[in-house]
Parts: sequence; structure tokens; C-alpha cells
Amino acid sequence: MEAFTTLTATAVPLDMVNVDTDQIIPARFLKRVRTDPEYDTFFFHDLRRNKDGSQRDDFILNQEPYKDAQIIVADDNWGCGSSREAAVWTLLANNFRCVIAPSFGDIHYNNGMKNGMLPIRLPKEDCAALRRLLHDNAGAAITVELGAQTVTGPDGSTYGFEIDPFQKHCMMEGLDHIGLTEQYDADFDAFEEQYKKEASWLFRPEPSA
Amino acid sequence: MAGPQTMFDKIWNRHVIVQRDDGQCLLYVDRHLAHDGSFHAFSMLRQDGRSVKRPQQVFATPDHYSPTDVRTIEAIENDELREKVAILDENAKEFGVPHFGIDDERMGIVHVIGPELGITQPGIFLVCGDSHTSTHGAMGAIACGIGASEVAHVLATQCLWQSKPKTMRITVTGTLGFGVTGKDVILAIIGQISAAGGAGYAIEYAGSGIEQLSMEGRLTVSNMSIEAGCRMGLIAPDQKTYDYLEGRPYAPKGAEWDKALAYWKTLPTDEGARFDREVTVDGDAIAPMVTWGNSPENVVQVTDVVPDPSRESNAERRQSMLDALDYMDLKAGMPMTDVAVDRVFIGSCTNSRIEDLRLAADVVKGRRAVVPSMISPGSMQVKAAAEREGLDRIFTDAGFEWRHSACSMCVGLNGDSVDPGIRTASTSNRNFRGRQGPGSRTHLVSPAMAAAAAVTGKFTDVRQLMEEK
Repeated sequence: MEAFTTLTATAVPLDMVNVDTDQIIPARFLKRVRTDPEYDTFFFHDLRRNKDGSQRDDFILNQEPYKDAQIIVADDNWGCGSSREAAVWTLLANNFRCVIAPSFGDIHYNNGMKNGMLPIRLPKEDCAALRRLLHDNAGAAITVELGAQTVTGPDGSTYGFEIDPFQKHCMMEGLDHIGLTEQYDADFDAFEEQYKKEASWLFRPEPSA
Repeated sequence: MAGPQTMFDKIWNRHVIVQRDDGQCLLYVDRHLAHDGSFHAFSMLRQDGRSVKRPQQVFATPDHYSPTDVRTIEAIENDELREKVAILDENAKEFGVPHFGIDDERMGIVHVIGPELGITQPGIFLVCGDSHTSTHGAMGAIACGIGASEVAHVLATQCLWQSKPKTMRITVTGTLGFGVTGKDVILAIIGQISAAGGAGYAIEYAGSGIEQLSMEGRLTVSNMSIEAGCRMGLIAPDQKTYDYLEGRPYAPKGAEWDKALAYWKTLPTDEGARFDREVTVDGDAIAPMVTWGNSPENVVQVTDVVPDPSRESNAERRQSMLDALDYMDLKAGMPMTDVAVDRVFIGSCTNSRIEDLRLAADVVKGRRAVVPSMISPGSMQVKAAAEREGLDRIFTDAGFEWRHSACSMCVGLNGDSVDPGIRTASTSNRNFRGRQGPGSRTHLVSPAMAAAAAVTGKFTDVRQLMEEK
């Protein structure tokens, strides 16, 4: 995955709570592969468009000042629902690299971490303050520094955030988890050998007669 | 010496291969379920030239894209659907993974067939690339949904990096009332703790309200943990669990059963074990529930009215309520029992097991569906069992469509979808905008409540219909 260290980019405020992954990418697009040339158009497909397919001007992601946005500041429970990693892929297809929210769906959070799409948890009131600033200064930028674990708003105010040290390390280095895990092959083998003795009933390849 | 432990800690600790200084744990995966949406992960594997490390611990079935009107790959008319079902078949063959294909009598929704075949057992760590994997926690296992990259990781390594979640115990007290099911219990819980209430936690459901549920009812409760924001929802195994499991095809037999059982009995949370958060839910007060909005937390008792957004003090929440009422075409203050439905769906990994179908059939028997109504049993074995009991006749005599098994209208991937503006009483798990098809309006209910809606054409307190008999 692409490493993430620092990012300064336009941020778009999304005031909705409980934005589920069905909204980020409707299920009917899940059958499409990531290399599909239309992949970016699946992003918030049904909220961005009228029934006739035309773009809705009142939906903030369609508005001019946010055309180059790479950061979303959201509200509670961003990315809840389905485990579809496609929700992260379509964010990336639209150049988004970071979502800041008070809380995330746990699976979506992990999916972001596996793809260089940084999810940042900030307190609800800080997210609300950032969204207000972004509404008042449409097109303003936010700076995210993963090393220092800080978010700096358009007014210069800085917020610290927590992140699991392992996930931070993988994100900053752009590490492939499978490769990393293979370094522990000897531990795996030793564990499995012992575990097979203790839980022998779990290692029957065929259904019991 | 270790002090009193939670069930979650006992199972977690048993699966730790490596714990890094930063707290990350590499966990051994006992069972991995794959489905026809897992093609991304198999592609990643192929791209990197990797194989499946422990193919005999992976089980696959095409639940998401299989149509409910045919049972062979060749008979699938839609090219995209046929391709997805066929790709799983090919991937399973290429990587040596056991596969219950569309024409196999054991085919079904992964979260139904796991327990049904005895693949899911107490004390295991089970993963699947589907958020409703939390279902399997009802058998006393750690089970969670993962994304495609993690699926590829587990296929390649049979283990997974995880940071340990916090623990929450939700104790449902008292005695569940007449007509109250597992579905109503979990909807009441979500209504109380919110759709984000479980984020970052592993939940253990406990108390008399959970113990009295059947295995099927418990699976429904754990299934919707993810709708409470939580990836993992466990229930302690007890005699009901063991009775359910004994004799299932992949369950241990003979001396192995005894050995397993001795271990399973050590799993329940020790007296005095500490949870990071404790929640109590009054089981006596739970009634049949209906959702009204576009989040599972937008839920009321069937005897209630549609809530009034003007009484919500938080501005974002008020706006989200207004948006939901607009989308759902409902008015604040309207009694839920005045809301007419256009169609009914009984199925999904939440509510499609044999007990669910029996409950629905009890309500339907001797009545007629007055709106289009459809049933997709959770597995082909559930379907066969229902047919042996004559339930299919009760439904078809009442005008229901009796289909094959798949995820079907819960997610609308297989051609079974809801048209724009159509209001559905659904036994599934998500009432998100467009979930059952673009513009669809979903209300989540129990199978008994869905049956009541089918025969009355509106939301009806099923307890009245049950008393009428």
C-alpha cells in the first residue's frame, strides 16, 4: 500500500451521522473490479445524483470548492455496516487519503489502515468545530501529520489523536501485512503443533461419519 | 496467577501466536468462511503467487450472488451473477478449499450453514469477509467480519493481526414476554446503546433474557452485534449449545466430543471477571419492535408512534431524523400500526433458520398474504426441513413465494431487490437507504412481525394475531 506520512489538502465537511458503507458504495457496484475505469463514479453514487442521473448541486461532494479535497471531516459512526473494502477503494479512487470522525465502524477503520486511507478519531466537539470552520471557509485545507499524530485545522488550531502503534508503523512504511506475518512463520508452526494436540477435534479434514 | 477471566479473554488468549510489545496480537484462525463476494481476496492471492495455507480450515459457499429461482450454475440467466457463482467454484477447486456449491444440498448463507454443519464451535476464532460474521459468537466463539485485504491475509497465513478490543457485557434481565423474539431483543439493545454503542468493544450477551432464547434466537442476537457497531458478540455456551451441536456433520464425535465438551465447559466468564463496560437491558419491558428510519437505532415498539425530530436536542441527529422521515415517507406522531407495507421479505442471515420459519408459519396459517411476500430459507437444509414439516405449504397456500436459499433481498445482489419507493417489512438486518435496492424503504422486524404485516398489509402487533387463534 501507499505510505502515509503527512498530508495537507482541502477538507470537506460531511455533517451526516451513521454514514454506512452502503452509502459510500452501493452494493450493486461490488461486483465490479477495482481497475474498472468507472470506479470513481461509484463513490456516494446514489446521494450524489438525482433519479435522472444528473448531479445534485446541494450535495457537498459535488460542490466546486471541494473538487480537490483529499480529507473528509465526518460525524459519528462513519463507515458503519457492511465490511466491503470497496468503500475504502472508492474513497481512494477519488483521491481521499484521510477521514476524521468521532467514531468509525470497526471493520471500515481496519480496511482503511490496510490501504493507506488514514482514519482519525477526534472528539465529537473537535470534529464539529472543524466542520464549522470548513463550512465557513469553503475549500480550506487541513494538515495531518501521522508521525506527530496531529491534525491542524484551517485556523491553525492543532489536535492530537491516538492510533495503534503497530498500525501507525505499517501505515507510515506502507507495509504489506502478509510479508510481515511471514517473518513469524516459526512462531506459527510452534503454536500450531501444540494447538493441534490440545484442540485435536478441530483438525479433522473431513466431516465426521 | 490469573484472576477471574471473561469468556472473551479465555478464547483470545488461547489463540495468541505472538504478542508484540506494542500490544498487537497475531491470532490463530480456526475456521474461515468464504463466499462469492470473496473473489477480490482470491485475486490478490493469485496476483502475489500465493496459495491457501490451510485449505481444509476454509469453507466456501456462494450465498451473495446465487439467484433464488435456480440451483445450477448453468441455469443462472444473468451473466454477471453466473460469473460470480462460477468464479467461487473455480477458486475453491484451484486452491483446494471445501465448497458447498449452488447445487449442493448443504449450500446456504455462510452464517446459517456454519452452525448448522457444526463448522462453528465454542472456543474457536472464526473469520469471514462479511460483517455479519458476529453471528457465530452465539455459540461461544470469537467471530468477526473482516475486509478483503484481511481475507487475503488469512487465506495466505491462517492467522490475523488484531489489537484487543475492550469488553462490554450486556445483561438482559427478567423474562421475555409472549411474542418477543431474539430479533426484538437485539433491536431493543441497539435502540438503547445506539448504532455506534459497541464500536471498539467485544460484547458478551448474558442474563436470563439471553439464556431463555433458543440457539436460533441467540444467533439472531449475535448476528446484529455489527448493527450496534460491534464486530464480535459472544454468548456463553450451555446445554442448548451442546444439544444443538451434537451430531452435526463437522462436530466432533465420540472421545473427541468428550474432550471438546470438557474444554467448552471451561469457557463461560468467571464469577467476578471485570468488563470495561456493563449495560443492563430490562427484558421484561421488550415488546415486538419495528424500525422507522435508516439506521437500526431508529427503532420503536410496534405500539409506539413515529418519533418527533423536534424533540431531539442534538442538531445533527435531528437533521438525520428529518432526512430519514423524508426518505421513508413517514410523519412524526403517526402510530406504527397505521403504516401500510407494500411487500414482505422473510430471510437473511439474521432470521431464516427453521425456528424463524416456524414462528412465521404459526402466524400465517389459515390466513392470506395481502401484499407480495417472499421467503428465502437460510440454507437448503433449512428449506428441506421446512418442507418435511409442511411449512412450505402453509406459506404457498397463503400466497407467499417459496424460494431457494441465498442472501437474497437483504442486500439485493442476486436479482431479488425492492423497487424504488416500495415499503418492505423485512426480517433482515439493515434499513439503510437503498439497501434492498435504490430508493427502497426497509423496516426491520422479527419473522412473526413480518408474517403479521404480510397478512394484514400493515404493521400489526403480532401478539394480537397470536391471541386470536
